[in-house]
Amino acid sequence: MGMWFFLFTEILFFGGMFLLYSIFRYNYAQDFHAAAAEENIILGTINTVVLLTSSFTIALSIATMKRGEKISSIILQLATILMGVAFLVIKYFEWTAKINLGIYPDSPVLLALSQGEILFFGLYYVMTGLHGLHVLIGVVVISFMLYFTRRETINRKEYARLENTGLYWHFVDIVWIYLYPLFYLIT
Amino acid sequence: MTLRNEIPEVAGFYERTGRYRWLIAEWMMSTDHKRIGVMYLMALLSFFSVGVVLGFIIRLSLLSPGWLVGQQGYNEFFTLHGVIQIFLFIIPGIPVAFGNIFLPILIGTQDVAFPKINRLSWWLYVAGAALVLLSIFIKGRPPDTGWTFYAPYSVQTPANVSIAVMGVFVLGFSSILTGLNFVTTIHRMRAPGMGWFRMPAFPWTLYATGWVQMLATPVLAITLLFIFLGRFFGVGFFDPTKGGDPILYEHLFWMYSHPAVYIMVLPAMGIISEIVPVFSRRSLFGYTAICMSALGIAIVGYAVWGHHMFTSGMSDTARVVFSFVTFLVAVPSGVKIFNWVSTLYKGSIAVDAPLLFALSFIFLFSIGGLTGLIIGALATNLHLHGTYFIVGHFHYVMFGGAGFSIIAALHFWFPKITGRMYNEKFAKIGWLNLFVGFNILYFSMFVLGFQGMPRRYFDYPPQYHTGHVISTMGSWFLAIGLIIIFANLVRSIFKGEKAPANPWGGKTLEWTIPSPLPRENFQEIPIITRRPYSYEEEAK
Repeated sequence: MGMWFFLFTEILFFGGMFLLYSIFRYNYAQDFHAAAAEENIILGTINTVVLLTSSFTIALSIATMKRGEKISSIILQLATILMGVAFLVIKYFEWTAKINLGIYPDSPVLLALSQGEILFFGLYYVMTGLHGLHVLIGVVVISFMLYFTRRETINRKEYARLENTGLYWHFVDIVWIYLYPLFYLIT
Repeated sequence: MTLRNEIPEVAGFYERTGRYRWLIAEWMMSTDHKRIGVMYLMALLSFFSVGVVLGFIIRLSLLSPGWLVGQQGYNEFFTLHGVIQIFLFIIPGIPVAFGNIFLPILIGTQDVAFPKINRLSWWLYVAGAALVLLSIFIKGRPPDTGWTFYAPYSVQTPANVSIAVMGVFVLGFSSILTGLNFVTTIHRMRAPGMGWFRMPAFPWTLYATGWVQMLATPVLAITLLFIFLGRFFGVGFFDPTKGGDPILYEHLFWMYSHPAVYIMVLPAMGIISEIVPVFSRRSLFGYTAICMSALGIAIVGYAVWGHHMFTSGMSDTARVVFSFVTFLVAVPSGVKIFNWVSTLYKGSIAVDAPLLFALSFIFLFSIGGLTGLIIGALATNLHLHGTYFIVGHFHYVMFGGAGFSIIAALHFWFPKITGRMYNEKFAKIGWLNLFVGFNILYFSMFVLGFQGMPRRYFDYPPQYHTGHVISTMGSWFLAIGLIIIFANLVRSIFKGEKAPANPWGGKTLEWTIPSPLPRENFQEIPIITRRPYSYEEEAK
């Protein structure tokens, strides 16, 4: 129950950013449309598939844990971690590509663009940045769960921690499901 | 109840556990909700005192135009006064102190749902408070933006805003976790037989408050993060030259800060609901309405934030809607006031200090609430926004409301927490000074505001001089009152008469266990068979 409440607070936290996005996009619809063309839709789509699959693997890891299948659960948790890392690596490449083009907050290149585009990229960095931070935290937490699974303090009878971690990971995935169309598909 | 007259010998939950060598480690590492609550209480009262001194200096400076504190200094003083009183004292306030100590006991359980997270909340509170206070002492000037940190100034000012804002962010996280803990505790851990409508009023208000803490605070968190990102990375969501909008800041900020005032006042109302039945020996009138109105205030309170921004350029339609909903939120508050007064009616009244402060709450909060309606109305708001009328209004509801409720709770639960009785005579003398001083200090602000004196101004033209002198003199009486009250309480910790388990004849669960509270709340988890405050049933 506590984990669900925590996720509600996270919804409000990200919600503030989505609110800003919707207001700014309403004001600068054309600029947002143009700026989104700068995004690499292939990398964005790969990332979406990666995260969705990782949600699947962590759900499976809980199901196998309930059946007492320790090794399967460990493999699935590991798969989730690797996909989380893959997501972050791809994100790293996306960010560096933009930074090399001179597009980052307060850069002269950015400030020369139109106001809507400045806002778009500001939102891009803040929202994907905070999301990425949550992915990183998730990867660390799943790693801890992996450790506990190996030590069998997470087992067939006591797996609440793993379930809560799964909930958190699903949440991180869902936020990305909203971020993806708003930044990659509106062009 | 056999424990009614038992005088305890043990030191209760203060007794050393022997797990740690140093006393401070034993307390800082404790997951016992009673110890955490007491530590919070000590911290809160210390920060409150600092805030009072700052306020005292502000009033001193306003005694005469152009002396004591200059322009820059004045801005820093009122910013710090606001930030400390609001974020370090009154928002954590009742939930972390009395909520922590008494919630599990009131619902008949041994601790909160997540004791380790409770401890984390406490550590985060200390860390956040440290960061905020650090902003005063590190290189650079203290924040001068007002506690509201309005953009664009908060993004541009060279003052130590970033670290203060970081501190508030951390404090917010502490608040979210406390809310989460309490809501889960109330859902999952009530004693057998305690259905929702057998739960006393104070836990009900903690429940409503917990939801507000969870859902409103994250909005503040992200808003403050944007200030931080604006200062460090030039992210310009509130900067018009980068396409942003400063009014967006106001919206986001007040989307949290209005519900925040209900975090301040709902638990305070819960405490009044606990005290009034005991000292009138009557069941709480309209118990169900009291509980539902707590939820009503919490829910409707989310929809009124625009009333802080009536002069910021909103459309007429938006302003009418916000004004209407603002009037609506006064209704459940009024329900509570009527129910408390009805509880007193034909009761057997004992005017001991807890009741005296509770009655003061009813009086002062009503004035605050009614003046809130005056500024909630659009036409009057245009004249009164940004004036001393507002300052008077919120001090009446926050200090006269939540502040007096905290002092009432300190006296009401003093025997339970310390195992001793305070001195009733000095409590009453202190009350008189505080009450008289309070009204002189703050009522004059309504007059000043009506005459047009702006708030947050370090100086003023001569026509406001008299009002300011009267107000400042009120602050002196108030300060004397506070000193007497706290000196009495502190002295009574050491020299007070030992207290029995139930000195007031209360009917809720905390009075069934010894004073001071024992380490383990209940030897046996109680089974609840009736509604709370069953005075009439016993009289039959």
